[in-house]
This record gives sequence, structure tokens and C-alpha cells, in this order.
Amino acid sequence: MLKKFAWKRDYYAGGLMLLIGVGAAVTGTGYKFGTLARMGPGFMPVVLGVVLAFLGLLIAGTALGSSEPDDKNFLPDNPQWFGWLCILGGPVLFIVLGLYGGMIPAVFACVFVCALGDKTATYKSSAILAAGVTVFGVLLFHYLLNIPFQLLRGVNL
Amino acid sequence: MISTALTDLWYGFGVALEPHNLMYCFLGVLVGNLVGVLPGMGPVATISILLPLTFGMQPVPAILMLSGVYYGAQYGGAICSILLNLPCHPPHAVTCLDGFPLTKQGKGGTALGITIIAAFIGASFGITEMIFLAPFLVKMALEFGPAEVCSLMLVGLLAGSTLAKGSPLKGIAMTVLGLLIGIVGSDIETGQPRFTFGITELFDGVEIIALALGMFGIAEFLNSINNTETVDMKYAKVGISDMFPSKADLKLAFWPMIRGTFIGSLCALIPGTGPTIASFVSYATEKKISKTPERFGHGAIEGVACPEASTHSSVQGDFIPTMSLGIPGDTVMALLLGALIIHGIVPGPQLISQHADIFWGLIASFWIGNILLVILNVPMIGLWVKLLSIPYRYLYPSAMFFVCIGVYAASNDMFQVGETAFIGVVGYILLRLDFHPAPILLGFVLGPRFEENFRRSLLISRGDLMTFIERPISAFFLLICVVLIAAQIYVWLRKPKIIADEKAIEAQVPATPYSGLAE
Repeated sequence: MLKKFAWKRDYYAGGLMLLIGVGAAVTGTGYKFGTLARMGPGFMPVVLGVVLAFLGLLIAGTALGSSEPDDKNFLPDNPQWFGWLCILGGPVLFIVLGLYGGMIPAVFACVFVCALGDKTATYKSSAILAAGVTVFGVLLFHYLLNIPFQLLRGVNL
Repeated sequence: MISTALTDLWYGFGVALEPHNLMYCFLGVLVGNLVGVLPGMGPVATISILLPLTFGMQPVPAILMLSGVYYGAQYGGAICSILLNLPCHPPHAVTCLDGFPLTKQGKGGTALGITIIAAFIGASFGITEMIFLAPFLVKMALEFGPAEVCSLMLVGLLAGSTLAKGSPLKGIAMTVLGLLIGIVGSDIETGQPRFTFGITELFDGVEIIALALGMFGIAEFLNSINNTETVDMKYAKVGISDMFPSKADLKLAFWPMIRGTFIGSLCALIPGTGPTIASFVSYATEKKISKTPERFGHGAIEGVACPEASTHSSVQGDFIPTMSLGIPGDTVMALLLGALIIHGIVPGPQLISQHADIFWGLIASFWIGNILLVILNVPMIGLWVKLLSIPYRYLYPSAMFFVCIGVYAASNDMFQVGETAFIGVVGYILLRLDFHPAPILLGFVLGPRFEENFRRSLLISRGDLMTFIERPISAFFLLICVVLIAAQIYVWLRKPKIIADEKAIEAQVPATPYSGLAE
């Protein structure tokens, strides 16, 4: 039985659920629990948190018992750190430039940076794509749908 | 009863044929067909992006359009599977098995033609089922008190999480997580902020669009970046003239279509079993009863006809529990329910009587939309095939733009964009841990109503939990829950042959480069 204690992904999965469940239940105790007849706002969070923690234990527990090989690591075989960074950088730039620059720079930067995440992309191809999407986006969202989002802050277009 | 249904249907056609509504229905199916063809974009993400754009519209055209995206995507998804062997849309994964061999034999056009006929037959039956079944369900549901509603939701939540793909235990965990996310925000009764961590923007709760686009948009892009194969367009040449199947093919495909339709409509009635399961079950059944099972997998036209018919009949039937009971069966339906709530319509049994224009207009628009889709797909097949060759490196940055602006437009608040990105990272982590995020949305949408009804029923019974068992209808629903759980335990312990069969078919389906979130 006691061969080698190998880490399995399901341990992480169960552990994460246990963590979230306990966290929710503990936070929930800060709210009024109430009685069954008169439930307070804390009732559901605590109950659901406990259920989730229990499910987390079950997930990890069933993985312990199963003999199925699980050699998959948490990270994929070829982690795409640069690609992930680009994809998440897109919305971040969208927020920052949207707040301080306006719609045009926000959209351009968002698409440009996201596009760079692909291995085959070049600066030129990304810029062309970003420019195209920006023109399309401005036409559709600003002129056709009238979204309240200034094109360029400080400049009245 | 039939005559009232027909009068109502007539009224529905009046609603759906108003030029304004017709236009949005057309727009919906067009966009749906488009994203169905594009690999890597699913109806869930598309509907979430379009949802904020409908805020300024009347509820009827908005719902017609968003529903159109869903069933329109099913028409497009088949093209991908048959011509490219690329199952980017889970309900059509099984169609690859026989569709692609047919394409290699030069009969891809015939397969597509059969698909469209099967789709139309399946969809028509699904709609008819809805016309007659929904009012009947409503009559029953009007008797429901909070205890019954609560138990029924429990059935929906359990079925949605255990019958979906992947481990049922993880599915239930995701549902509970969704319920917890639904709690975020101010408590309805006392106004106490819960799980807001002092962030004012969270007092209104998590935005459904942010949740859907994070889980099904950004998480999906994180998963598939630099991970997609280049698309092989070698066989993807189809003209209109290839699309008309011969008499022999039609004869071969006719009964499988009918059987597929029936299986699909049955699957639609069981909450939690959406089009994907329907297509697998019908393919397995067809292979079993066929006199020549060895032809399956080498280009049998039946293997294309039956899963497609069942997918479409199940897609239309999916609307039944959502529209009549307010209990969504899968992610897309949860999203549509969210859309109804945003438009100020309370889902539930009273929907058909109070918003007859939405219900019957929707049904009529299904017919119109399906006819439009047939018209769109036959002459324009060349265009759709061309779209297949758009590389992913152009698609996902453009989609990211739509995600950002869609979330921003929902509330004119940049905080939501950040929230979406954060949810996207969480979604990707869950994905890596083999969690399927579909039940989260289900739990999230049903959560607040579940809590409200749970509290109310215990208030009425003065804290007596037996009320859920003493009321017969509620007890019946709880019994179904017990059966669902017992069945899962049985499957886990005994591993019956049906599951093994299905697993075997699933193993044959080419691996999808996408995480299969496009359901």
C-alpha cells in the first residue's frame, strides 16, 4: 500500500476547495447567524462554506484511494508565461489608458499587447490588427451604439 | 388545449415578425452562425459580450437575439467538425467521427447538406415539444410554494453539476462555489454586505457578465494561447452543388434523424443533460442498432445525421425548463435567465402569462430563425468555409477587445474589467485542476433566489426543516435528488457498461485544442 506518496493534481484541487470553504465559513461567522426560523445573513455563507470544505476533503480523499495514474502537473507542459502576461496585460492597459487616455489608446494598446502573446506575431502584424480593431471598435461602439466613453480624454472628437 | 396553443403561436408569429424583432432575430442567428464557425469562440462568451449591448433595447428583441446566438452557433459548429476534424464545439465533437472521413472521400458537401436537414428536423421537433409541454409545466408550477421552488432548484443544481462532463464531485464543488459567489454583495433582507472585503463596487454583487466572460473568455484564451494547431484546410472545399444529398443518402439518413431527434428531446427534459450528452448517446445508440456497425467511423452518413438531429432538438428543448420553471439546465440557459432578470423580467411559472409576448414570440422566432439559418447556410457555405481559415492569432486579441469593452459597457465602470481579468485567472487555475466551470454560472444565477426561497419557506414553517419532506411535491423533488446522488455513487462503484461505451466513443474523438468551454 505505502508505495510512494506522489502528489496528484486532485490534492491541490481538494485543498483549494477546502481553503475557500473554510475561508467562506470563517468570514461568514462575522455576520449574524440567526436561527432556522429567522435566518441571519451569516447562515448561508457558513453552511455553504462548510459544505465546500467537506467536498474538498472528499475530492482529495477519492484521489488518495484511486490507483489511476495522474502524472499531470499543475502547470501545462509548455507554460506560456509571456503569452499569459500579454493576455492579462491587455485588460490592465485597457483600464489604465481608458481612465487617463480615452477609448482609442485603450483599445489599441489592449489588442496590440494581446496579439503580441502569440509566438508567430510580429510588432507589425500586431499593430495592423490593433489599428483595424480600433477603427472598427470606435465606429461600432462610439458612433453606432453611443457608449459613454470619450475617444481621447481632453480632446473633443 | 391544442387550439389555444395554436392561437398563442399565431400571436407569437405576430410578435416575431415585427420588422424590428425580425431584424434582431436575424442578427442573432447570423452572429451565432459566425461564432459557431470560428474555432475557439463559444456561444457563452458571445452572449455575454452582446448582453450589455441589449440594455437599451426592449426585452423581446433582446431575448430573441441572444437566443438566436445559441441555436445559430449549433449550425456553424457542425461545419468545423465535418470539414476540419476540429471539434471546437462540444455538441459537435461526435460528428467528427463520421463527418471528417466523409470529407476525405469528397463527400463533405453531402454531409453538410444532411446536417442541415437533420438540424431542421431536430429543431422543429424541439420547438413543437416546447409549445405543448411548457404550458402544461406551468399549470403544475403555479401550485408551488417557496418550499417546492427550493427543492426544485436543488434538483436543477444537482443535475447540472453531476450530469455534466467531468467528475461529479468536482461539479458539485463548482456549484457550491457558484452559490458562494452569488452571495457576494448586500444581503437582500438586512442589507448586510457579505464577502465584499470593503470594496464598494462589490456591494451590488459580482456582475454576471464579468463572471461569464472571465470564466469562458479570458480563462479560455489563457488556456489555448500558443496551444492551437494550424488548421488543415486541405479538404475544406465545398460548393453549393455538393450540398444536395442523393436519394440514397437521404433514405439512409432518415430514420437515424428521427431517432436522434427523439433522444435529443428526451435529454432536453432531464435537467443537466444538454446537447453534448444527447449527441453522444444518440451516436452510441445508432451504432448499436445499425446492421453494419463497422461502417461507423469510416464515413457513415447515419453517424452524421443522428447526433446532429439530437443536438438541435435538445438545444431547442433546453428552453423548456428555463422558460416555464425558471430553472436553467446549462450554462447558456443560466446566462439567458440572467439576461431576463437584467431586463426586469422575473423568471418562473408566471412568465408565460405575464410576458406572453416574450414566450410565444421566442417560440415563433425559433421557427423563423431556423429557416433563416438554412437559407444562410446553403448559399453562403463558401463564405463560412473561408472564415474557418482565420488564424487564432487574429481572433483572440479581437475577442479580448470585445470582452473589455463589453464588460465596461455593462456598467461604465473600469472596476468590472479588472474583476473580469481576475476571474479569468481564477477560472484558468480551476481549469488546470480539472474543474469544469460551467456549474459555477448555474449556481451563481440560482443562488440568490435559492437563498430567498429557503429563508422564506423556513420562516413559514417556523424553522421546521421537515416542511421540505412533508409537502408531497417538494418531497418528490428531494427524492429525485437522492436518486441522482445514488446513481452517481452506483456509477462510481460499479462502472456500468453504458458509461464504458460512451467513454470509448469519447476517446475516439480527436482531441480538441480548446478546453471545451464553448458548450
